Amino acid sequence: MPAYLVSRLMLAVWVMFGVSSVVFFLIHWVPGDPVEVMLGESVSGADREALRHALGLDRPLLQQWGAFLYGVVRFDLGMSLHQREPVLSLLDERFVATAELAALAFVIAVLIAIPLGVVAAARKGTRWDTAAMGFSLLGLSIPNFWLGPLLVMLFSLGLGWFPVSGRSGFASLVLPAITLGTSLAAILSRMVRSSLLEVLDEDYIRTARAKGLGGYRVLLGHGLRNAWLPILTLLGMQLGALLGGAVVTEAVFNWPGLGSLLVESIQRRDYPVVQGCVLVISLSYVVINLCTDLAYAWADPRIRLDQESD
Amino acid sequence: MRWHWAAVILVLWALVAVCAPWLPLHPDAVSLTHILQGPGSDMWLGADDIGRPVLDRLLVGAGTSFRVAVWVVGLSAVCGTLLGACAGYFGGFWDRLLVLVVDVFMAFPGILLAIALAGLLGPGIGNLVVALSLVGWVGYARLARAQVLSVKRRDHVLAAQALGTGSWRIVLRHLLPLISAPLLVEATFGVAAVIVAESGLSFLGLGVQPPEASWGSMIRDGVRYMLVAPHLVLAPGIALFLVVLSVNLLGDRLRDRLDVRSQRMTLGGAGG
Repeated sequence: MPAYLVSRLMLAVWVMFGVSSVVFFLIHWVPGDPVEVMLGESVSGADREALRHALGLDRPLLQQWGAFLYGVVRFDLGMSLHQREPVLSLLDERFVATAELAALAFVIAVLIAIPLGVVAAARKGTRWDTAAMGFSLLGLSIPNFWLGPLLVMLFSLGLGWFPVSGRSGFASLVLPAITLGTSLAAILSRMVRSSLLEVLDEDYIRTARAKGLGGYRVLLGHGLRNAWLPILTLLGMQLGALLGGAVVTEAVFNWPGLGSLLVESIQRRDYPVVQGCVLVISLSYVVINLCTDLAYAWADPRIRLDQESD
Repeated sequence: MRWHWAAVILVLWALVAVCAPWLPLHPDAVSLTHILQGPGSDMWLGADDIGRPVLDRLLVGAGTSFRVAVWVVGLSAVCGTLLGACAGYFGGFWDRLLVLVVDVFMAFPGILLAIALAGLLGPGIGNLVVALSLVGWVGYARLARAQVLSVKRRDHVLAAQALGTGSWRIVLRHLLPLISAPLLVEATFGVAAVIVAESGLSFLGLGVQPPEASWGSMIRDGVRYMLVAPHLVLAPGIALFLVVLSVNLLGDRLRDRLDVRSQRMTLGGAGG
């Protein structure tokens, strides 16, 4: 286990280093000068240079990169150009909102996907299977930014059950979470179905059936329990898609999370905040993936032994 | 039989997209007397908030999504496949470097990078294509590399090497045809992903700029008038949904067919 743990941690550190560097260089490579944005057109050249110097933008790129990485290590992401506030405290407020949204969306996705996938696998080739997979295909093909307005039209404007947008209590969380959860449920139900089908071919399933155990007992106790591990890993990966989708969903519902902060700060050209948003979302993704991988290795000795023998 | 309908929708989409410049469309014709007018006999899909015909904008928007999809999938599939195939075939330093880079790209949500990139590069179709391609090539590279690794010790490749065939020729003529089936399936689903990404970015205001029409920006503009003119959100949404659904249906079918046939194909390939 220690060797696996170390190799997995090294990969996570490398990925975070890579992500921060990619973001840093992209921001410095694309056209657009933050100093121009901050000061506007009417300011003299000398003032411009002074600000540039104060922000450290006149130093060589590699030196700036070093300073940026050093800051990241110390959790110092700089100041917002727009609000004169540390980026980290801006992110702090928004992080909770996004985590709330993602968590409920995740729960909704799991609650829809597992029954759907199990039914489809248990009745493979029947109408149940076709219906479940048809639903999954529909879910995959409806973009968040259309499903969101449709739900608002029906449940907020039509029935008046939930608020249209904003963040005020649990009721305002329901529609964004359904919007975000549906696409994940669609992918997840396919995964549940295919990993369950794979497991159902195994010898121990036949043994269990031969012993005379009932259909659902075999399906859930022997089938799903063994299919659970691959589903878990894929779930971790899909959380990235969830966090990406959160950007669009938050924009639809005016949800004050990291995603809407990202879009706002892109429009204001507030580079440190853009950097911070991308970093925090990627970091959450990397940490989640790391945890699922480690949980997987802990539960299934084949994984860690495989890695150690390499 | 469902996929026949999917094929019909996709052919229509492509036809409209290619022919849009020659059709008598007036997507930018502002008409104050028609503001927010619902669907009717003079305007089949009604008019938007400044009286422009929704149908005309819908058809022009089809062209936008088609162009972006073709460019992005073309660019990222060609670049990604070549990079991945070469890395897999030659191995060594460049291969390890590619794996490291791909690991980083795969380790965080691609749409997030695309949003940041498109936002920082500034709006416009060209920048949209650049942003989505920079994110898109990774999947093809990873797939091509894995596939090449699994077939590069085949007899016919060794025979070609023994005969002194150049490396480029081996990669292009002896390896790529063998690995094209999974890449084709990947590219098909890629089309759906790019269509959604393009409209998503345009929905966020980071893609196609007004007055140019995109389904995503039409939905964005329509959301403000949902109560009085729901057709502004419904029309582009249904178009988008139908096209994406059709691509996904076709991709599913293609995957099922090619998986079966690829086994036969590789058997034949190894013998010949």
